[in-house]
Amino acid sequence: MLTHHRQGPARTRHRLAAGVLAAAFAALLPAAAAVAAPSPSPGSAAVNRSGTSFLTATVVSVGQPVRVTASTGDYLYWSFNATAGQITEIALTVTLPPATKRTGASTWTVDVFDGLRRRQACTDGVQTPVASATAAEVSLGCTLRRVRSWAEPWSGDPLPGTYYLRLSVTDLPEQDLGLPVQVDMLLGAHGDVTADDGELKAPLVPQVKPGGVLAASGSEDPSASPSANPGEAAEALDWLPDLSARWIWTTVGGVLAAAAGVVGFSLTWRRRR
Amino acid sequence: MITAVITSRWLRAILTGPLVALSTLLPTAAHADDNEPAEPAAPPKVELVLDVSGSMRAADIDGRTRISVAQQAFNEVVDALPDGTELGIRVLGATYQGKDKKKGCQDTQQIVPVAPVDRAAAKSAIAALRPTGFTPVGLALRGAAEDLGTGDASRRIILITDGEDTCAPPDPCDVARELAAKGTRLVVDTLGLAPDDTVRRQLLCIAAATGGTYASAQTPAELTDRIQQLVDRAKDTAVKPPAIVAGGKECAGAPLLAPGVYTDREKISEHRWYRVPVREDQELRASVSIALDRQVNPDYGVLLRATAADGRELVRGTDAGSGRTDVLSTGLRWSALEPDEESDPAADSTAPAHVCLVISNSFASSTAGDAPGMPFELTIDVVATSPAPDAPGLGRGWLLLLVLTIAGLLTGLLGGWLTRWWIATWRTN
Repeated sequence: MLTHHRQGPARTRHRLAAGVLAAAFAALLPAAAAVAAPSPSPGSAAVNRSGTSFLTATVVSVGQPVRVTASTGDYLYWSFNATAGQITEIALTVTLPPATKRTGASTWTVDVFDGLRRRQACTDGVQTPVASATAAEVSLGCTLRRVRSWAEPWSGDPLPGTYYLRLSVTDLPEQDLGLPVQVDMLLGAHGDVTADDGELKAPLVPQVKPGGVLAASGSEDPSASPSANPGEAAEALDWLPDLSARWIWTTVGGVLAAAAGVVGFSLTWRRRR
Repeated sequence: MITAVITSRWLRAILTGPLVALSTLLPTAAHADDNEPAEPAAPPKVELVLDVSGSMRAADIDGRTRISVAQQAFNEVVDALPDGTELGIRVLGATYQGKDKKKGCQDTQQIVPVAPVDRAAAKSAIAALRPTGFTPVGLALRGAAEDLGTGDASRRIILITDGEDTCAPPDPCDVARELAAKGTRLVVDTLGLAPDDTVRRQLLCIAAATGGTYASAQTPAELTDRIQQLVDRAKDTAVKPPAIVAGGKECAGAPLLAPGVYTDREKISEHRWYRVPVREDQELRASVSIALDRQVNPDYGVLLRATAADGRELVRGTDAGSGRTDVLSTGLRWSALEPDEESDPAADSTAPAHVCLVISNSFASSTAGDAPGMPFELTIDVVATSPAPDAPGLGRGWLLLLVLTIAGLLTGLLGGWLTRWWIATWRTN
């Protein structure tokens, strides 16, 4: 599939093998893919916190129920990890402060960003509902696009890596700010891993450590860069596609073709006894 | 030879595959470098700033005075603090009883130093508080920022007040912005006790200027919950503060950035330039988040562009919005096209080219002053480039199986007929 393996071809293959296994599991459990709304996975620990910025976003995983208390007007951040082929569903419920304390309608928004903090579109779900002045709670939802395994650098397609989600109230009477709310959040995911070609060498996981300004000459190496010396054997085998479900499909196709050939051949011979 | 290599690699892949699959299922922390040990961030420093001005005598929270409710809430929070939390307490308007505004507006003291908390001492200090004087919020914020000191730890001030600042100037909101602009990350969370419109606006302004939060408390339970929540949040969200950098006015001579997180400020309609060394076999990733730390007009945008040294645009990231928000973000990826295989690797791919990044914004404000500029966070990463995949050499799907089967069948039929024809010809001869 790829012609350049500048780093860790063995690791690449391991990851692909993992992908194939995950795909096999997904195929064995069709029920998991058919669920309409995300449901908490049994035994997963509940999360009761949230971050207040991209850097401090709380990491959650799929199926992990989140419940936090906050104030109207807070910006709440969570982050999660998505792999190639995954379609993530986000379900949020905000329990609003008592209607007697509020003075008007409020608009709530869930925004999703990828690891580069680029806005990601929702294909489904109520992303910006308006809660009326008397509503007791408001539900938000967002279904993301399927994560691609590779995309051109110039595109904004969703790629494997970290995703951020931000819950905020974008429009409300100013007096209603600062009242206590309770937020429930749950992530669901389904999808298949095998559909795409290409591979992102480094997932879109953002840097979190403070940076450093380099000397003006700029001769030093800017990063923990890939060691550019793959073995001779790896170089010689570059033309061979990576381990993937395609091998199975193609091999099965060959076997079927051979069997069909034998059948076809035998059809032309009249049985004589 | 080749088959042996293939078999051993595949065996390894099959054997380690499940382990990798397991490890990818487990939640992982958002760290970019696997090989670099995750340095734990220093424990956060928190200072509670409590207004003990005369207005705290008002008995309007479930029939109790505001100060007694605040004292009870503080006691509960001090009891519930996890060991090792660095917490200090500062009060304002607690001692000066006179009418002289000049003296009354200097009245702010730290009653518990910022250190792992001594519960008994903190409680007795809280119990001794009597509502007295003026409300010098701005000065108290300055004092609290000094108490927290500088350093690597994230710093949070929790300001609890019931009345507006009676000592401006300095306007507390300007003070908050000035403190935030001073460098190390300082966040002010505000809590209004039964606030009126003016107080709320002032606290909202302070919170927005530093990226903090605002909450109001109408009952004792709400106050306790809210303080507890803020202290917990300070502990949970401690990260190493980003490095401070000052962008250039043009590409030439702009600061050269290594991968990492930076923070800088940019005035409305200002441009800030940076340079990043990127080798031919590397991909540049950059993202920027501009914080709306002041009142701006409702529609706005941010633009992040990557240009070559000669000014040619390579790629851009942009986002726009309208209405209430905390930050406006965008990002970009860029890598050179396929690395040139023919070129001498020693000469070409190790000498990094400098890619320029420029950040501009389209905010507008009719009220807010220009300086000190709106804060933004810049994240730079340089990783191995991901080349475009070739067309797949293998197939997949039911259609492929069908086509192969039909082709096999036809080949078999053809072969069979040819053989029959050939045998028939051979026999007749």
